[in-house]
Amino acid sequence: MSIQVANIHKTFGSFVALDQVSLDFPTGALTALLGPSGCGKTTLLRIIAGLETADSGQVILAGEDASDTHVRQRRVGFVFQHYALFRHMTVFENVAFGLRVKPRRERPKEAEIRQRVHRLLDLVQLDPLANRFPSQLSGGQRQRVALARALAVEPKVLLLDEPFGALDAQVRKELRRWLRRLHDELHITSLFVTHDQEEALEVADQVVLMNRGRVEQVGTPNAVYEQPATPFVYGFLGAVNTFHGRIEGAHLRVGEATLAHSEDQGEVASGAQAVAFARPHELTIITDPGHDAGIAASVVRILSFGASTRVELDSLTPASDSELPIHYEVMLPRDQIQALKLVEGQRVRLVPSRIRIFQSQAA
Amino acid sequence: MAVAGVLHARVDARRYQTNAATRESPWVKRLILGLALAFFALFLLMPLIAVFAEAFRKGWFTYVTALSDPDALAAVRLTLLIAAIAVPLNLVFGVAAAWAIAKFEFRGKRFLTTLIDLPFSVSPVIAGLIFVLLFGAQGWFGEWLFEHDVKIVFAVPGLVLATIFVTFPFVARELIPLMEAQGREEEEAAVVLGANGFQLFWRVTLPNIKWGLLYGVILCNARAMGEFGAVSVVSGHIRGQTNTLPLHVEILYNEYNFSAAFAVASLLALLAMVTLGLKSFIEWKANRNAPTVGAI
Repeated sequence: MSIQVANIHKTFGSFVALDQVSLDFPTGALTALLGPSGCGKTTLLRIIAGLETADSGQVILAGEDASDTHVRQRRVGFVFQHYALFRHMTVFENVAFGLRVKPRRERPKEAEIRQRVHRLLDLVQLDPLANRFPSQLSGGQRQRVALARALAVEPKVLLLDEPFGALDAQVRKELRRWLRRLHDELHITSLFVTHDQEEALEVADQVVLMNRGRVEQVGTPNAVYEQPATPFVYGFLGAVNTFHGRIEGAHLRVGEATLAHSEDQGEVASGAQAVAFARPHELTIITDPGHDAGIAASVVRILSFGASTRVELDSLTPASDSELPIHYEVMLPRDQIQALKLVEGQRVRLVPSRIRIFQSQAA
Repeated sequence: MAVAGVLHARVDARRYQTNAATRESPWVKRLILGLALAFFALFLLMPLIAVFAEAFRKGWFTYVTALSDPDALAAVRLTLLIAAIAVPLNLVFGVAAAWAIAKFEFRGKRFLTTLIDLPFSVSPVIAGLIFVLLFGAQGWFGEWLFEHDVKIVFAVPGLVLATIFVTFPFVARELIPLMEAQGREEEEAAVVLGANGFQLFWRVTLPNIKWGLLYGVILCNARAMGEFGAVSVVSGHIRGQTNTLPLHVEILYNEYNFSAAFAVASLLALLAMVTLGLKSFIEWKANRNAPTVGAI
């Protein structure tokens, strides 16, 4: 079932949680709503579920306006961040709840309930624990029970609110993969909220980036990572180096240094203030002291663990209006760093192989 | 909260005792313990023993006679009747009030929370007087009630009203912090799964609050049966008609009929002990379930 939201607007007092949000979630896809806390992603999810009402705008489920449909009738599955399992019921009864509260006409027979619950518990690999109480389960197991419970009523869409937010890193990673596999099996239209960019990029078919109640960018994980549409997305998805400067034709002047950029000349006006971004792996370190391209910086720390090495550097020329040096980060493969023979405190130059420029909003 | 709090207190006490930084020297410990125990014996245990000692001073026969006196039996019946009406009503009011306060945001919520405590902060005598002023012969509605031949003050309805007023906070007070701590998530989960309002309350809300509710009901019942001040004002002390057990004790005592007075009083003391027993049982039971309450 497809989900669309059109012009959703929601305020809490004077705080605008969602500002005219319109989105289209394709049928059968797993979409991540990604953004910092307070960006409105959970509010949007709760409005789609019907747990919250928008001030204006529509929620369209399967092509029909569901804005006035009660949450009971929306047939959505909802998974809460803190599981919200019924603490006085066994795992079995938790999963069976949705079937037992159906109106008598639609309620399956006891034998069928039994069979369906056990099938679902098998699916989430928890059937041996059917008679346990939620308090006797680990966080990861609880969340799987919550998922089985949500799936029991055969929802047309599955909504997950920070499903792995309360779990520790190891379990989180495992459940992430597991959720992806489950989705590939069931193909139920799913939406999950997260503030963890790695989680979103790893699990989702489509990522919706939100900030301050607005949608910043929608796209595949690859697209949003490789071609961020706004400075916010650049900063939010992965580590990034920022250069503030002024456009001079085909160059960006950053203090005394100039960086070549490949932006369309028509898009960025010469003389305008701009901010440029480069990923850590898009910077090259030049140790030759005679070289004068790029930005002068000194090596602060070399963190070499894993396949690639991270080098942290500080700018030598502090920004004019602040005394603090600007911090840079470079990621290099192991063999390259060994060839460079860097030492801490060494003066080097940083040359980006690629930068992306956004004109500053206010000069 | 009172129910769940006991466990944490016990765990904390053990830790402070073994921790060198917070451990007191032995004589300080002994002194404090001794003081507390002496105080307990003098003010709590001795009166309790005295009640039973006085009740049985003239032997079993006097004791049984005092209790089987028609006026005494009438007082027992009246007390049970009042509790049977007041407690269920306060159960319903208390759950409704706690639900409203814990689960909804509305204007005047703070005011309502404060108002629930009014019966605790106002003297029971004044609580009784309020009803006399409202429904008495000279009261606001006195004339209308007289014309329609409805008796409230100096009759059973007045006693019930005064008791409801005095015992109102017990259930609500017990449930508000419990419901606030539990939040709305489980209920939201139930609604998304298709539960209607009745199923939500019966299958999710009620099981979660049952121990706190029972605790509140027991305290409410103890007070309903033991209330003296408010009931005394509205009763009119008509023997065999509007005398509850506590009032009956007073009458007997004023008539220098000490052994009978203590015999009836021993019934109330027994009620208190049963109440305390039940209360500890519920605390124990709730604490056994406490990890469930805390962990999710």
